Amino acid sequence: MNEQKTPLLEMRHIRKNFFGNQVLHDVNFILHEGEILGLVGENGAGKSTLMNILFAMDSIKNTGGYEGEMLIDGQVVNFESSLDALNQGIGMVHQEFSLIPDFTATENIVLNREPQKRSLFSDLFGDRMDVLDRAKMDEISKNAINRLGVPLESDMPVNQMPVGHKQFTEIARELSKDSGENAKKIRLLVLDEPTAVLSEKEAENLLTAMKKLSSEGVAIIFISHRLQEIIDVCDSIMVMRDGKIIQQVENKNVEINSIANWMVGREVAVKENTKRAFDYDKAPVDLSIKHLWVNMPGEVVRDVNIDVHKGEILGIGGLAGQGKLGIPNGVMGLYPAGGEVTFQGQPLKLNSPRFLLDSGLAFVSEDRRGVGLLLDESLEWNVSFGAMQVRDDFLKKFGPITWRDQEAIEEVTAKYIKDLEIRCTSSKQHAKELSGGNQQKICLAKAFAMNPKLLFVSEPTRGIDIGAKQLVLNTLRKYNQENGVTIVMISSELEELRSICDRIAIITDGKVHGILPASSPSSDFGLLMVGKGSDK
Amino acid sequence: MKNLNISRAERLKRFVENNTVPILFVIICAIGIPLSGYSMNYLINEIFVRLSRNAFLILSLLIPIMAGMGLNFGMTLGAMAAEIGLIIICNLGVVGIPGMILAAIISTPISIFLGWMCGNLLNMAKGREMVTSYIIGFFVNGVYQLVVLYMMGSIIPIANSALVLSRGYGIRNTVNLTGIRKQLDGLIPLRIAGINIPIATLLVIALLCVFILWFRKTKLGQDMRAVGQDMEVARASGIKVERTRIISIIMSTVFAGYGMIIYLQNIGTLNTYNSHTQVGMFSIAALLVGGASVAKANIRNVFLGVVLFHLMFVISPMAGKNLIGEAQLGEYFRVFVSYGVITVSLVLYEVRKKRELSYEGDELAAEQKEDK
Repeated sequence: MNEQKTPLLEMRHIRKNFFGNQVLHDVNFILHEGEILGLVGENGAGKSTLMNILFAMDSIKNTGGYEGEMLIDGQVVNFESSLDALNQGIGMVHQEFSLIPDFTATENIVLNREPQKRSLFSDLFGDRMDVLDRAKMDEISKNAINRLGVPLESDMPVNQMPVGHKQFTEIARELSKDSGENAKKIRLLVLDEPTAVLSEKEAENLLTAMKKLSSEGVAIIFISHRLQEIIDVCDSIMVMRDGKIIQQVENKNVEINSIANWMVGREVAVKENTKRAFDYDKAPVDLSIKHLWVNMPGEVVRDVNIDVHKGEILGIGGLAGQGKLGIPNGVMGLYPAGGEVTFQGQPLKLNSPRFLLDSGLAFVSEDRRGVGLLLDESLEWNVSFGAMQVRDDFLKKFGPITWRDQEAIEEVTAKYIKDLEIRCTSSKQHAKELSGGNQQKICLAKAFAMNPKLLFVSEPTRGIDIGAKQLVLNTLRKYNQENGVTIVMISSELEELRSICDRIAIITDGKVHGILPASSPSSDFGLLMVGKGSDK
Repeated sequence: MKNLNISRAERLKRFVENNTVPILFVIICAIGIPLSGYSMNYLINEIFVRLSRNAFLILSLLIPIMAGMGLNFGMTLGAMAAEIGLIIICNLGVVGIPGMILAAIISTPISIFLGWMCGNLLNMAKGREMVTSYIIGFFVNGVYQLVVLYMMGSIIPIANSALVLSRGYGIRNTVNLTGIRKQLDGLIPLRIAGINIPIATLLVIALLCVFILWFRKTKLGQDMRAVGQDMEVARASGIKVERTRIISIIMSTVFAGYGMIIYLQNIGTLNTYNSHTQVGMFSIAALLVGGASVAKANIRNVFLGVVLFHLMFVISPMAGKNLIGEAQLGEYFRVFVSYGVITVSLVLYEVRKKRELSYEGDELAAEQKEDK
């Protein structure tokens, strides 16, 4: 037998659907010992689902498992839980850190696998009264860190570390898992966007560490949006889109442009008549954002400068976690923010939602169930609530007492139910009983009822079906055209932005990486998203 | 890392912000001591009495805080278990140190059971441990009354008629603990410059301190710290989160029981239906005065807290009398202050968390300036 030929991991005809929604179509690939495989694709392309299948995560099992087979060392395996995967020497470093903040690197690396010494009380109360063997803990963690070859202080508490060192701690933990008595050596490591949060120098260190591991025979599946890194470090590249493997090539003379094309490639037919030429010379600047920072966990914004012109629809796109959601949330005062923002010549007071609403700004949040709706109240209430609070609309005064104007409320709700085709039994129905798409329309109606001068719309089509999507987009476009309201729309879906926006700004690493007219080819946007391309 | 370049004034400000409660008490005591007119000798004597009386009880609070369960208002459960033990030894007529040990032995299984029950309930109310344990205290108080007031003397035979109410069943409002009174405090007598030092009690307390320090180094201690900081991460790494939390409450309850026995041997009388209700609140207030928070407490907080909080207790009636001619005022003052301290500490904890966020924001803004 030639062992070199038996692949470490092989996936054959993997298919998976979530409640009738096919997210993986017939995925096949092979991974050899010591190989670094770059896995790229847009958000929602199926990368995470594929990895979850590999690790037998509960989210797969609870939704009916998967079709196809998975082979390790040429043997078909059926993992019951992620523990089985671990026993086969497969480790994964997730995008979110799974670290205890006050513990040192060492304590985190050996978490719940600490070497122990018997103590006086062990015999009395059981093994958990064993004392930790600090010397051995240090030894294990230092070994793992040395294998990585990175500068990481083993006795530094995690919450004082720069973010890159947290990432190294996570990887070192996976590596140290082969130090136990009956554990297998780590043979395959999955790194899910490990460099997304790293500085350039830190990312370089990580790539060196990956090469070192691979030379020791550890195979790595490297998920990243930074295509240059993929090209720098990977042996082969696999591109996924819409649940399919679009390309699997050896990393020879591959260019970033072609990867970016494979990634976003789908040329959705944008109807020409929806395109319009927006005259920027005639439209004054409506909202001017200068040096904006926003401390929104997971969506940090750094030094953003954008001018929004009156009457335009500006799209803000970018990959998840890069900061695009932080912009509306920061400007509208939902997360701590700073910088200079002026609206129609007036400086805006940040961190004060009431002031911002009074100034004529409105926000349709991406968190519609949390921020957007009063779930246990009627549709009438939901539609009129914002306007009632901010603009004193729908109110009647009798002397010193203010009453709700029920008639006006019913009228306006009925109007929006008709205009936006909201499917409900009556305007008295509770918001939580509606479907996601209809809830989204209620959120829009609520914002429209406030007669805003400028509207932020964040992820308006997240989690709603295609039909409703189109209607929401059309509504926004129509509202913009008929009322001349400036709209800033934030979305993860580039094609959606391209279909209704005039310009699109791409946010990478918390900053505006570039602004292009919506008619630019999608590969240009793809390049901007992965941190390449022109700056303006 | 980035905090290195903050100015000295800023650092002082943060120190004051982070230690508001202890600083406030130092000021109260500094003003109150001359007003009360007590001699230093008397005050030091009192501090030793209070220290030996309360420290063990307060130390029992540390373990649940380590496990991230906040202040264990459920420590009254342990106190009740101890009281049942004490009633039984009075009935049996066992006195002295053997009596205390027997009471401790009797209280242990009751504490373990109550702690196990409390821990299970708290696992169902994650994130609301404090208010839940507070109410569990009231609930178990009802069960305690049922047992002591109705069952003792009727179902549970009580031979010592001095313990029983004149109607024939139920324990009297006050039980005289002459048999164990000051037995531990006076075991190793030491008197320096007119100050009585209860060496044996302090040794027991020291032993518990050593145990807690050592416990942090055990596997279980490490697991508790991990669970306390992030339950999900701990669970993902295979730590049995629920079980660990239950153990921490059981330990706290058992220690609170022992602490209650030490507390009552110093006082000498058992207030059958009231002793335990106040113990929980005063212990928690003392710990908070020592600078502890809902999420962080150490042994230093315990001792600083006992000294500051009880110094205020001692001086406030006299200071009130000398100042306004009304000792009642001081009495009122100390109850009002203990509730106030708990309220302020709970609020400050949330405020501080928010402030941390705004520091992060500042850093972000500063970073941005550097970039330019």
